[in-house]
Parts: sequence; C-alpha cells; structure tokens
Amino acid sequence: MLARDESSLNRTPLHALHVTRGGKMVPFAGYEMPVQFAPGVLKEHLHTRSAAGLFDVSHMGQLALRPKSGQVEDAALALERLVPQDIVAVAPGRQRYAQFTNDDGGLLDDLMVANFGDHLFLVVNAACKKEDEAHLRAHLSESCIIDSLSDRALIALQGPKAESALARLGADVTAMKFMDAGPRKVAGFDCFVSRSGYTGEDGFEISVPSAQAEALVTMLLQNPDVLPIGLGARDSLRLEAGLCLYGHDIDTTTTPVEGALEWSVQKSRRAGGARAGGFPGADKILAQFEKGAARRRVGLLAQGRAPVREGALLFADSTSSEAIGKVTSGGFGPSLNAPVAMGYLPTSLAANGTKVFAEVRGQRLPLLTAPMPFVPNTYKR
Amino acid sequence: MTTLFTSDHEWIRIEGDVATIGVTDYAQSQLGDVVFVDLPKVGRSLKKAEAAAVVESVKAASDVYAPISGEVVEVNEALAAEPALVNSDAGGKAWFFKLKIADKSELGGLMDEAAYKAHTA
Repeated sequence: MLARDESSLNRTPLHALHVTRGGKMVPFAGYEMPVQFAPGVLKEHLHTRSAAGLFDVSHMGQLALRPKSGQVEDAALALERLVPQDIVAVAPGRQRYAQFTNDDGGLLDDLMVANFGDHLFLVVNAACKKEDEAHLRAHLSESCIIDSLSDRALIALQGPKAESALARLGADVTAMKFMDAGPRKVAGFDCFVSRSGYTGEDGFEISVPSAQAEALVTMLLQNPDVLPIGLGARDSLRLEAGLCLYGHDIDTTTTPVEGALEWSVQKSRRAGGARAGGFPGADKILAQFEKGAARRRVGLLAQGRAPVREGALLFADSTSSEAIGKVTSGGFGPSLNAPVAMGYLPTSLAANGTKVFAEVRGQRLPLLTAPMPFVPNTYKR
Repeated sequence: MTTLFTSDHEWIRIEGDVATIGVTDYAQSQLGDVVFVDLPKVGRSLKKAEAAAVVESVKAASDVYAPISGEVVEVNEALAAEPALVNSDAGGKAWFFKLKIADKSELGGLMDEAAYKAHTA
C-alpha cells in the first residue's frame, strides 16, 4: 500500500458510526476504512456465514450510464464496446459481472452492471473508480451521459439472515433472486438493492443516499442478527468463495481466460456469436478461448497448517530452482479452518489435484490445486 | 524468577540460565485471532534480534525475534495444535520457546514490567 498522509484520506458517510462502534480504522484505496471491529476477523467471518454481516463498501464507485436516446439498449451496446460481456441481454431488474479490458486483453477493472430499465447502474472498485469514469467518458460520451453517483453510500448485508433483516425494514426483497437488482424502498429511503455480494453467501448490496446511510445502518444494527464487519473478514470471505480481488488475482496483465473467468464471457461475444468481439483486446482474448492460455488462475489448498500468502512463489517440486507461478491471494479460511490460497500456474499444471510447492520462509510447503469456491456458495437462485 | 520485556512485545522469563519467551497480551490483542505458530527447531542457535518464530493471524504473519542470544532447548508443541492459546493465555500457556542463555549481559537492555507498561501506554 502506498504511504499516505492520513489527513488526505477520504471518509465514507459511515465513518463516524465505525469509530463509535470500535472499528479499527486503516487506510484502504484512499479511504479510512474499518479493517475489523471488536470481535475480530475470525468471529466476524463466522458470524457472516451463520447470521448476517454488514459491510460499508461506500468507497466503491457507483455510476449511472444514461442513454441519450432514452433506450437502455443503446447504453448496453455502448458499454459492450468496453467489456467482453453481453450487456444487451441483461434484462431490466437484472445484474451481471463484467470486466473492462485493455488492448492487450488484460483487465482494467472488474465491475457489476445492472439494468434499471431506463439506464445502467455500475459498481466499480474504489482504487480504479477515477480511471474507470474517465474511460467511460472518453469512449461513451457520444451516446451516454455518465453520472458519478458520489452522493450515495453503498452497504452490503450478507449471510443467511440478511433477507429477514432487510425485510424487517419493510423492504420488498423476499421475491428477489440472485443477481436481481433495482430501485427499492428500504425503511422508506430510496435505495438501489441487488441480491448479490462478495462473500459467497446469499445477501444484498444496498445503495442509499449518503444523508440517510447512517440512519439505515443504525436500524439494521439494532437487529441482533446483524454485526458490522471489517475489510479483514471481507477478504477472507471472498477468498473462501473463490472470488477475485482486483489488483491481486486479476490485473492489467491477466486476461479473462487466464483468470479462469470464461464463465463471465457469454457466447454472444465469443467467436461465432451475434456480437462477437468488438471490445479492447478481443483478438487476444478470443484466440485464447480457441487455443487456451499458457497460465491459469487456480485454487490452492495447503496440506499443512501454515498459511501461504500473496507473493509466495510456486514450484513444481521441492527442489527445483525455477518458479512456475505465484500466489496472488492467500490466508486462513475461518469456515474451512484451514489455509486457502489462489494463484497462477502453467495451464498444464492447473488440473484439480495437482501437487505443487510454495516457498514460505525458505521452506517448500506442499499444496494441491483445488476447485473453487472452497466453501459452497448459498446464492438464492 | 524475573520477567523482562522487549519493545517488540515479547516477554522473557528468567529461571537460572534458561529464558522462556512468549509474546505479550498487548501483542496478541494487536495480532488478532492467531491461526498458526511456526517455532524454531530445538538445538538451533539464535542470535539476539534474529527472527526465531512466526505468529500468523487470519490477516497477516508477524515475526517473533530472539530477545537475547542462546540455544533453543525446548519449544511449546501445544501451540501447533492450538494456536489460539496465544490469544487466550499469551503470558502463560502460550510460551513459544526456551533458550539456554548465551550471554547474561544482554538482559541489561530489556525492560522491566513498569517500563513495558509505559511503552505500551
């Protein structure tokens, strides 16, 4: 992380509440954010999987893409020039995972795109939001008005009790399925609610006007099922769920194929599809769909108890001097009660159950490649 | 029996020519939930300030340094099976390793309990 003058850090509309609730505040992507609360990462993680966790993700970027023609399909077609996903097929009230690609087929960011009927609603990563907004303005301004929704907070409510906690505030969410998204009243506030998240659990992300964020969160936290959760547990939860962290597991040098994200590129954008290609780096990415890529993101389960962390080099055996890959995320999975990691390996060694070694403090620790998610997800399909 | 402390939040209990070393309650509170402890091998000769053990929480790994020089004569195997002992009893059951003290004069640079309390205040 870059060294920063603390005074230059941004604060979310929930900052005061985090401090009141005992959040341990740290710099993250230019914001002062809670890394954990009093229970600590382990208990916060387990509470999210057994009840409900509330996360402040207001540092993330929220954008509206409004078609000048008034036809949402025009915004979808415009966005398809920047992402390899089928955005036209995202029906009103639905959401889809996408990536901005560069000319080399690498990833500039990953994002969520929802169709709100007359416009698209985008959520992008905090560290990339300025660049993403400039990217959208540079390429889509002719057909779309790009609104940065910086006056809104974003919270995630995740876990098996998330639905009941939200429904208790009068939100009409019980009929929503995984990846449904749209404007909803929550506690009388004008929110955007999606049934999605970053933990592998059923749950919701709720965009709320900044002025009402603290009131909404205070109401949610009055429910004993709901605890505030810091960034530490957010990371261990997404890692167990096998979800990529941008800037670590995927970045400008990894393609969707290398990142094992083929599932996120619909057939209509692949060779032979109705709108094949037409996004930055399409030649390289579509060629990799045909011929495969040299390396691949894999799940890794340590055979011992020692966590294998980001940056650890991977080797084919216990003695070879040449690294064959690298761990991009790793730590301890509280629900699995075991170390978990992901990283890149030559595709020839990416098959599940392949034994490789990670170098940790001068020792070679055995790992097995494993399918992800490590912990089964509980999405409401 | 004397207990001394380092500025890196380790405690050292002196009994004759053997020093027992662990991390302080303050250290465990900063580390968070401990999930793994890597201990030195018995017989290893440690120099003062050398990385001797590693304690890992869900979030991060931290080194534990040898507060004085000496040979490792015993390690706490219980920590391998139950790393969370570091959180529940940092100053007692969760001792890390014992050193045969090489040079008692090195103890002079360590803090007593009052000085350590002032250090963490």
